Amino acid sequence: MKIHEYQAKAILARHGVPVPNGEVAFNAIEANEIAKRLGGSVVVVKAQIHAGGRGKGGGVKLAKSADEAERIAADMIGMTLVTHQTGPEGRVVQRVLVEEGLQMARELYVALLLDRAVGKPALMASAAGGMDIEEVAATTPEKIIRVHIEPGVGIVPFEARQIGFAIGLDGAQVNKFVKLAAALYETFIATDASMVEINPLVVTASGDLLALDAKVNFDDNALYRHADLRDLRDTAEEDPLEIEASKFSLNYIHLDGNIGCMVNGAGLAMATMDIIKLAGGEPANFLDVGGGATAEQIRNAFKILMSDKNVKAVLINIFGGILRCDVLAQGVIAAVKELGVPVPIVIRMEGTNVEEGKRLLKVSGMNFTTADSMGEAATKVVQLAG
Amino acid sequence: MSVLIDKSTRLIVQGLTGREGTFHAKQAAAYGTTVVGGVTPGKGGTTHEGWPIFHTVHDAVKETGANASVIFVPPPFAADAVMEAADAGLALVVCITEGIPTLDMMRAMTFLKARPATRLIGPNCPGLISPGKAKAGIIPGHICKEGRIGIVSKSGTLTYEAIHQLTRIGMGQTTCIGIGGDPLIGTSHIDALRLFGEDPDTDAVIMIGEIGGTAEEDAAAWIKTHFKKPVVAFIAGQTAPPGRRMGHAGAIIAGGKGTAAEKMAALTASGVTVVKSPADMGSAIQRVLGT
Repeated sequence: MKIHEYQAKAILARHGVPVPNGEVAFNAIEANEIAKRLGGSVVVVKAQIHAGGRGKGGGVKLAKSADEAERIAADMIGMTLVTHQTGPEGRVVQRVLVEEGLQMARELYVALLLDRAVGKPALMASAAGGMDIEEVAATTPEKIIRVHIEPGVGIVPFEARQIGFAIGLDGAQVNKFVKLAAALYETFIATDASMVEINPLVVTASGDLLALDAKVNFDDNALYRHADLRDLRDTAEEDPLEIEASKFSLNYIHLDGNIGCMVNGAGLAMATMDIIKLAGGEPANFLDVGGGATAEQIRNAFKILMSDKNVKAVLINIFGGILRCDVLAQGVIAAVKELGVPVPIVIRMEGTNVEEGKRLLKVSGMNFTTADSMGEAATKVVQLAG
Repeated sequence: MSVLIDKSTRLIVQGLTGREGTFHAKQAAAYGTTVVGGVTPGKGGTTHEGWPIFHTVHDAVKETGANASVIFVPPPFAADAVMEAADAGLALVVCITEGIPTLDMMRAMTFLKARPATRLIGPNCPGLISPGKAKAGIIPGHICKEGRIGIVSKSGTLTYEAIHQLTRIGMGQTTCIGIGGDPLIGTSHIDALRLFGEDPDTDAVIMIGEIGGTAEEDAAAWIKTHFKKPVVAFIAGQTAPPGRRMGHAGAIIAGGKGTAAEKMAALTASGVTVVKSPADMGSAIQRVLGT
């Protein structure tokens, strides 16, 4: 799960990471009041969306007075912000963070995430802060310094010192960095985060370290034990169809193509998208109905597929293991009867009770196209989608 | 022969008294697997469907001589179950559970490192099957056929697809191993390949990977210098958008890393026969073996 920058900063601050003073505003008047409270000569108004690259898209602006902050917020709230991470459709800004302006001496990068290959969290840092870290990793990987943390031991001060000196901090700053790294690790563990990133971490003119921007993602599998974090979900940032699907425990991801697909199992669902593309088509979605799907879930899945107006044909690819093909066939027939699915449907099923499933489809009198293999199914559905 | 499980496997089921545990214990027994009992804390001393139930894995091992466990325990308790099985000294622990918090698994992996006698398969996997011998997990037995091809896969139903393609062209399998789609798993592609390499009855391997992480790239590097048998590979997620988790917790292109294209290129460079279409796994095996 993703959250906004201001929410991430609040969580980090709670665990001892220094962050600039600031508050979130949902309208221009609030922005004005916050700017007044902050005082100082400059405040920063930052659009809050779940995507990076906001500065380049006009989502981060300086204001020299509370009135100017209000004007900027009025323009920003409601605008569609397009960045390299939002896609061309962009995101509508619903809230802004109003923050004190800082005198920056340096911009650094620091992050904590799981290194899957090693099975341990890795603390990563770079002197090249404020830049797109993916680009740094691709062009100058030697500029990223990394230590692995022993789970159960936690971050040891010498590890943080090694990193601090390597990114060019002086002795006093390194001491601050050791505390900050420990606070980052505490945040990571306490919230079941999948990533905590500060980019940039700034060194101010007076030598303090502050998280100028922050990103925290949580492990969805652990949200059951963090009711407070679940409340931070902002559904306005999510695709409406994906929200609907999540209510039925369906794993659905909305894509740009016109061939809807319904599959059991994540790997087979990805492979089905791949084979549609190979056959010359474009998948409209990823949809995994799960191993133990019921007729009811098949019905809900159909509803969601049909809510996508781009869908011109549907491919159902089911390999019955626990999910029996006859149950699937019943679910599909019931859904089509009820919803009157107006596009061609290609069904490929295999596995448990496949003969009975095929018989049910045949005697239903409905105009399903069947296929005996994935390849055949993909070719047929691409043709039918036109 | 086969790898990891066979007729000598004595299997316990952690969570046997639950709905899924019961169903799959019966399926495994019907397939010919020696299922010797179950573990459900609080229900020790009872029997369920004829099987003795124990409070702890230690008790179950002592009483039944079990050497393997399959875990059908809900996500909040599954990492605990994995560690208990390892502490009881079981050689093979298969965790089917999907949805275990990553930090729980990280702790479990540290615990397992100190107990090297235990091999964990999964979590978030369909388990494994040695056709005609035994199974631990949920792979349907009726699609399998005894034979000479090994399968190692991050996916469940895509594994069934590979099995089905082989069986349909008359090629059987030694063992099919679903290693799981989570970011942290007990047995890697390399671990499974090593076992197949040492198995005289395995002639070739189908390796199924997916986007996310670098396990496939690591396997490619290892295959180049260590693996002499033919490998056919398919990588799922060639059309997956970056930054989105594709069903499996581990299936995500993060920070531009973990793409299917990178994995396919690395495997091809190591001499692996990479198929672009998931429909071509079986026929590619036929081709590389010249049958």
